[in-house]
Amino acid sequence: MRPRLLQAGPLALYAQIVMTQFNAPQAAPRETPCSRALAAGKVPSFQDIILTLSDYWARQGCVILQPYDTEVGAGTLHPATTLRALGPKPWRAAYVQPSRRPKDGRYGENPNRLGHYYQYQVILKPNPPNLQELYLNSLYEIGIDPTLHDIRFVEDDWENPTVGAWGLGWEIWCDGMEVSQFTYFQQVGGLDCKPVSGELTYGLERLAMYVQGVESIYNIDFNGHGVSYGDVFLENERQQSTFNFEESDPAMLKRWFEDAERMCTHLRDKRLPLPAFDWALKCSHLFNLLDARGVVSPTERQSFIARVRDQAKGCAVLWAETQAPAQEEVV
Amino acid sequence: MPQFLLELFSEEIPARMQKRAAEDLKKLLMDALTKAGFLPGGMETFSAPRRLVAVVEGLPERTADVREERKGPKVDAPAQAIEGFLRGAGLADIAQARVVSDPKKGDFYVADLVKPGRATPDALADIVPDIIRNFPWPKSMRWGEGTLRWVRPLHRILAVFDGEIVPFDVDGIASCNISEGHRFHGTGTFEVKDFEDYEAKLAAAHVVLDRDQRKAQIKADAQTLCHARNLELIDDEGLLEEVCGLVDEPHVIMGDMDPSFLDLPPEVIRLTLRVNQKYFVVRDPKTGGLAPHFIIVSNVKATDGGKKIALGNARVLAARLNDARYFWDLDRKASLESRVPKLDTLVFHEKLGSVGDKVRRIVALAGEIAPLVGADVASAKHAALLAKADLTTEMVGEFPELQGVMGRYYQLQQGGSEASNKIIADAIRDHYKPVGPSDQVPSESVAMAVALADKLDTLTGFFAIDEKPTGSGDPYALRRAALGVIRIVREAGVRFALAEKAKANGLLDFILERLRVSLRDEGFAPDVLEAAFAIPDDDIVRIVARVTALAKVLKTEDGANLVAGLKRGANILRAEEKKDGAVPEGTVSDALLREPAEQGLYQALVAAESQMEQALATEAFDTAMAALAALRAPVDLFFETVLVNDADAAIRQNRLALLVKLRAVSERVADFSKLAGG
Repeated sequence: MRPRLLQAGPLALYAQIVMTQFNAPQAAPRETPCSRALAAGKVPSFQDIILTLSDYWARQGCVILQPYDTEVGAGTLHPATTLRALGPKPWRAAYVQPSRRPKDGRYGENPNRLGHYYQYQVILKPNPPNLQELYLNSLYEIGIDPTLHDIRFVEDDWENPTVGAWGLGWEIWCDGMEVSQFTYFQQVGGLDCKPVSGELTYGLERLAMYVQGVESIYNIDFNGHGVSYGDVFLENERQQSTFNFEESDPAMLKRWFEDAERMCTHLRDKRLPLPAFDWALKCSHLFNLLDARGVVSPTERQSFIARVRDQAKGCAVLWAETQAPAQEEVV
Repeated sequence: MPQFLLELFSEEIPARMQKRAAEDLKKLLMDALTKAGFLPGGMETFSAPRRLVAVVEGLPERTADVREERKGPKVDAPAQAIEGFLRGAGLADIAQARVVSDPKKGDFYVADLVKPGRATPDALADIVPDIIRNFPWPKSMRWGEGTLRWVRPLHRILAVFDGEIVPFDVDGIASCNISEGHRFHGTGTFEVKDFEDYEAKLAAAHVVLDRDQRKAQIKADAQTLCHARNLELIDDEGLLEEVCGLVDEPHVIMGDMDPSFLDLPPEVIRLTLRVNQKYFVVRDPKTGGLAPHFIIVSNVKATDGGKKIALGNARVLAARLNDARYFWDLDRKASLESRVPKLDTLVFHEKLGSVGDKVRRIVALAGEIAPLVGADVASAKHAALLAKADLTTEMVGEFPELQGVMGRYYQLQQGGSEASNKIIADAIRDHYKPVGPSDQVPSESVAMAVALADKLDTLTGFFAIDEKPTGSGDPYALRRAALGVIRIVREAGVRFALAEKAKANGLLDFILERLRVSLRDEGFAPDVLEAAFAIPDDDIVRIVARVTALAKVLKTEDGANLVAGLKRGANILRAEEKKDGAVPEGTVSDALLREPAEQGLYQALVAAESQMEQALATEAFDTAMAALAALRAPVDLFFETVLVNDADAAIRQNRLALLVKLRAVSERVADFSKLAGG
């Protein structure tokens, strides 16, 4: 018994649009690096996934950015997300962001943990009403078939106290594996996000391990031509872990932290939120290096986090003031 | 009578909030309908991952008219007053009001107002948006460019009364009669006439609306899968509640794991499966241990029968368990003893120092308590020293729930296989016990000593910094700690003066109050507890013995009747105390006892006193109570035949002294004036 609705009226049209989006996956609308690999009977490579996601999100009107050139702990901290989430102007962007988490380094010995890894980050402001469907379609395009896999939205509230940001959303599970985070930003820098941005973070290594069926990050097929993730990054993990845990100079890092903090304060005083934010990011990374080195006592830890938070929030608030609208233009 | 169907269709609602949300919706809707003058015939609410649903039966087509009499001014009131009355009552002419005569007030106007009932859809169109805007989600959010708040973006509001859409709009979402089914198995949207139609279409679109039905289906399917392979499902109600909120239509699949993982502690495997992956755990009845399989509840009926889903999940699980194995191997490289200094960097509480500080205090306290519970002092101190060391391990960092459990494993691995080390290892695990009312108390004396030391230290610390539990909150679980102390002391029969171990201000009273509450929960009458607790004491075992003996003697005829006599005596004394401000404290004079009944009572009292003395010396409360109960006959005879208020002042004083002695003797075991009845 087909519902009458599908036969007439504007709602029927809406329903059909929604349906089309839902059922689109089986026949990918166009050729992508992933679909080419699959058609050739191969698994999509790491870079096929990145290229396909970029191609997909470019079609959704995103600016395809390149990674930010300062060390960050997560793709969210790219100013294209943290800062652009504030203010009234619409914004759509997607980019790969290398993320450095010194404490998570394991000398290349753990098949699932890295001190340096990639996130694919998407921000859509305001979030379109069909963001969930857009996201699912991106999974279909990289070769995840929803009739064969169990895709689930599992509650996960996101919070990043160092930039005074929080949002509600989910982690997306594919057959029990968390492959993405999906967040509706509510606040950044302690300020309400109006409109609300939808933010997607794909864990690229996990996704690739999943799509390729490999058990270790280092066995990920990077380019489809014989280069593995380990070929590119294993030695880097070893050396960076040695640096992070054994060879970094805590006294120097502390000095640098203080310099960066001063620079940030100065730039905020000069009302230059963009360069100021760079220096806040440097503070954050220097703190992460100190933390990995195991030289931060619990009390100090609290105070370091508070100092980074004050700088980063300050930058966000200042940026928001420059975005604020319309009042200035009207005057 | 017509039916109202409401569906609030949103993006995925957190599983833990769904059940409560359905309850809240029911309450809010029922309250609002009642307030609007409806008497709904019945209401049911449902929750599934993407929807909250209510169906209300037996609503009329409109609410009843409400009649109201409005009193107006006197007929001879000034024109202004009459005009005001007309305006207020909405009348055009004073002729529309009637005149009422009152013998005192005279003639005055009354308007008969009729507030016509409303069409039910109009009322619903007010009620529902209001509920949506004020829904009590634990956390809610905005989305897009709107300002409406919901738990996740709200997409559609289906509101159908008697087959028709109830028209309203909430921040741009217009009500409709459209719904849709399963995210992946549904075939788009459909139109809905009523609940029956709705439920059938949902079922066809792969949504099981009723959460109990989803739960039952998951359980039955999981059991069937297990039986087929001679395995046993380990029940887990909490997990069942959660997973039934993650699926519209459950599809249960069994996955396999590498049996070599079974070398890991079973607690680690269970937590990894349950907390990280939301899988059910399976037992092998032949070994009694875990089986290398797990149960997944999928939201999708896969075209390959779930093979890829099972494999994918197995791979994720293997990665998780490899992580756990990495922690397990790494943690075992360092002894618990070598970890103790690290505890100095872990904050226990800002004002109470580090966990290291706490451990030093527990070591000292466990050493003091050990002899009281029959534990070896050195073992107790050693176990206390190691009790918290596992907090620095990777595994406990990952799974805080495994504190103590992991410490035991690590100590067993590292400390050798002698019985003395096993006692230490068990104490590391068991010193957290009892963690709840259904948990057991430690059974071994070393564990008891550490458990008591840990809990008393926590209680003393937080009371000392005035972080006491309040009516609304007990963030440090101090009630549980106090109950833990009480249960261990009672079950092990530990004897000590609590006042010496609970010196912080207010702590002794707090623990005794918890004791009284738990005894009341066990069925002791409040007045019996009051009477027994009136005897100052800080020895938990003795207090419980006294309460038990008192309750027992009060069940005997002599005991119950003695209460009346004792109260009568106490009342006479109280009256005297009021009148004269004092009663004789002197001893009873043998020579002044004239009547046989008072002589008899005196002799009985002397005998009872000495018997009670002996009995109490050995804490034989039953014997003491029996000796007291034996006074019933002489006390009764005394009050029947002797008048206390004798004309001769000396005799009167002597009789009062006799009553004072009676009261004093009875108060060796309880304050009988606190007892009800008698």
